[in-house]
Amino acid sequence: MAVKQPQTQMRPTTTPETSGAVQTGAPKMRAAGINFYYGKFRALHDVSLEFATNKVTALIGPSGCGKSTFLRNLNRINETLRDTRIEGEITLDGENILTRDVTEIRRRIGMVFQRPNPFPKSIFDNIIYGPRINGMLKTISAADIVEKSLRRAALWDEVKDKLRESAYALSGGQQQRLCIARALAVDPEVLLLDEPCSALDPIATAKIEDLLVGLKSQCTIVIVTHNMQQAARVADTTGFFLLGRLIEHDKTDTIFKNPSKKETEDYITGRFG
Amino acid sequence: MRPFEEDFKHLNDTLQEMGALVAHSIQRSVLSIVEKNEDYAHQVIRDESRVDQMEIQIDEMVTSLIVREQPMARDMRLVVSAIKISTDLERMGDLAVHIAERALSLMMQPALPEPVNFGEIANLVESMVLSSLESFVKRDAQTARGILEMDNAVDKARHGIQRKLIELMQKDTSTIVRALDYLIVARKLERIGDHATNIAEDVIFLAQGVDVRHRVAEVA
Amino acid sequence: MSRNARRNGVNAFMLGLCGVCAFVTVSTLFVILGYLVFNGATSVSLNFFTKLPLPPGKDGGGMANAIIGSAQIVIVATLIGLPIGFFSGIYLAEYGGKTFAFLVRYVADLLNGIPSIVIGIFAWTVIVVPTHHFSALAGSLALSLMLIPITARSTEQFLLEVPRSMREGSLALGANKWKTIASVIVPAARKGIMTGMILGVARISGETAPLLFTSLNNQYFSTGLSEPTASLPVMIFQRAISPYDDYHRQAWAAGLVLLALVLLANIAARTVISRGTSLPK
Repeated sequence: MAVKQPQTQMRPTTTPETSGAVQTGAPKMRAAGINFYYGKFRALHDVSLEFATNKVTALIGPSGCGKSTFLRNLNRINETLRDTRIEGEITLDGENILTRDVTEIRRRIGMVFQRPNPFPKSIFDNIIYGPRINGMLKTISAADIVEKSLRRAALWDEVKDKLRESAYALSGGQQQRLCIARALAVDPEVLLLDEPCSALDPIATAKIEDLLVGLKSQCTIVIVTHNMQQAARVADTTGFFLLGRLIEHDKTDTIFKNPSKKETEDYITGRFG
Repeated sequence: MRPFEEDFKHLNDTLQEMGALVAHSIQRSVLSIVEKNEDYAHQVIRDESRVDQMEIQIDEMVTSLIVREQPMARDMRLVVSAIKISTDLERMGDLAVHIAERALSLMMQPALPEPVNFGEIANLVESMVLSSLESFVKRDAQTARGILEMDNAVDKARHGIQRKLIELMQKDTSTIVRALDYLIVARKLERIGDHATNIAEDVIFLAQGVDVRHRVAEVA
Repeated sequence: MSRNARRNGVNAFMLGLCGVCAFVTVSTLFVILGYLVFNGATSVSLNFFTKLPLPPGKDGGGMANAIIGSAQIVIVATLIGLPIGFFSGIYLAEYGGKTFAFLVRYVADLLNGIPSIVIGIFAWTVIVVPTHHFSALAGSLALSLMLIPITARSTEQFLLEVPRSMREGSLALGANKWKTIASVIVPAARKGIMTGMILGVARISGETAPLLFTSLNNQYFSTGLSEPTASLPVMIFQRAISPYDDYHRQAWAAGLVLLALVLLANIAARTVISRGTSLPK
């Protein structure tokens, strides 16, 4: 997959792009001028967006608007697909992630997927997989990592007595929290979530939303959701995507109370198509 | 139009209807004072119950919409403003009734030795009321801001009437009962102006998402 | 109403037809089994498993050398063919770009379709002729040529059944491609892959034609891989076309033993698969 460098070197700036963004210090991650292609099809048009440290950013928009595609570029998982190409720059703490070693990037930027995808191993082995392959077990004991991660994912009490059982014995909501624990086990600085609750019932959804709000003090979070009430509940800032473009990005309150762009308002009031 | 859009439109139309009804009541109550028209006074009193009914109706529509639609952006602002505006309108309706009752009481007494001119304050207040309703219909924040400025003029007009009536009462103590009635009417008219100002502030929130209450000077 | 009646009639008839065909298919196996048991069961004795073949007319001979020989040849073939097939399967499923993988897949399918006797001739030309003698090794190589494409395609198939989300889950944790394959994908597909391997080995253990030109046959135990070696299929062939009744009975017995081994392998494969799946429901 080809990575085209921008013509001029872009330094990360601290000036926010829209009036509402609240920035104290540099953003944790920044995307600048992202164009993304599936073959000849241009899925993302010139998307630029900043993610403030230790805040939750939600990405909303109708199906096919590019929000998931954009998210999957943030940890370069789109590179595993055939015939894709990205232009532009994505920085983590000011360094361009597109040119660095991808496995190191993916340790620092974790991802939770739409459908729970635990490995066919025990709960314990699922969680310890990441730390083991990243050599973290030299400094911390496996049992400690497993307990800490499960506690952060609000799952410890439910599974502490059955860590050696298969991950598939858990319910859907539990499996998704297990996937969150697994992602947290490698201590990522950023956590990307791609519609993490879309396959879950309301109670499981509520548990995950609660734990996200608690996680952000340790992690910068980006969540793609098609559920606007969820974005309103958990996100500090929200970005609205439409047809591969970022239409508007602002404080969540502003987006949902008084958005600047008509397309944004049409979408969130349900007058879209 | 999708079903939920019709619900919002229905709320909007009901508010407009209530506004029109209250505006007419205010006009009639003023005329019942100025022209000593008994029929107008009675009509205002009759229409009161319809105004109260509409306030209840609007509140019910609002709660249903919140529960069903979880309204966002302009829908949310409409629903929030609707509660406030309907409350203001209902209070204005009450005030019109009070004015009508004063009118009926004054009609049974002789006229004052010196006439007191209610024309200016009445025109100002009616203009504010009609303007605020128009700004709601058109979602026009500029017109609404204009109303906020008229509040001072109404205040001055009321003070003028108050001075005149106090002079009269000092000169001729037999006029006290009637003068006090007129004083009350002037106060009620000023309160109607205040409510019209509230509606104007709500319209600015509705149209622009900006809350201008209690700090007009900062936002103008 | 008559249209309904006609439809019901056609329905019943077709169901009946399908049932009859299914019955024929199933009963074929039992007929073969029955024939083998009827004709061969009497000759399957301890001698059969422990004694060397004796000339016709003499009692007490067996096919011990054929059993050992078959085992030798099949084991060596497995040692050569399974790893090559397995890693080719991994390549096809995980690494294949467009052209090379397509080529490999196409060639594997072609290899699968080559008549086994042609494989035998190939091995004969390439190994037996230059080395001037028949050998077990040549037989093993011929059989491995058949085992490789079978294993490659079945490994590939089971690897592809592992959902993409599992690969992405591993990569997203910072694993590189090989770690993902080794620690997640292959373990997830292991039951299917093992089944494919067992069935592949069972299949080649019954192949006769390749062995005719390569390992030939031997009336005694062979001492190494570079000697002609007896094998069950070749023995069956030899005994069956001979004019002696004795030998015919032994052929039946060998056939029964071979079939029993293949059936055992199939049953083992089914048990492996059914003892819990390794992928989510």
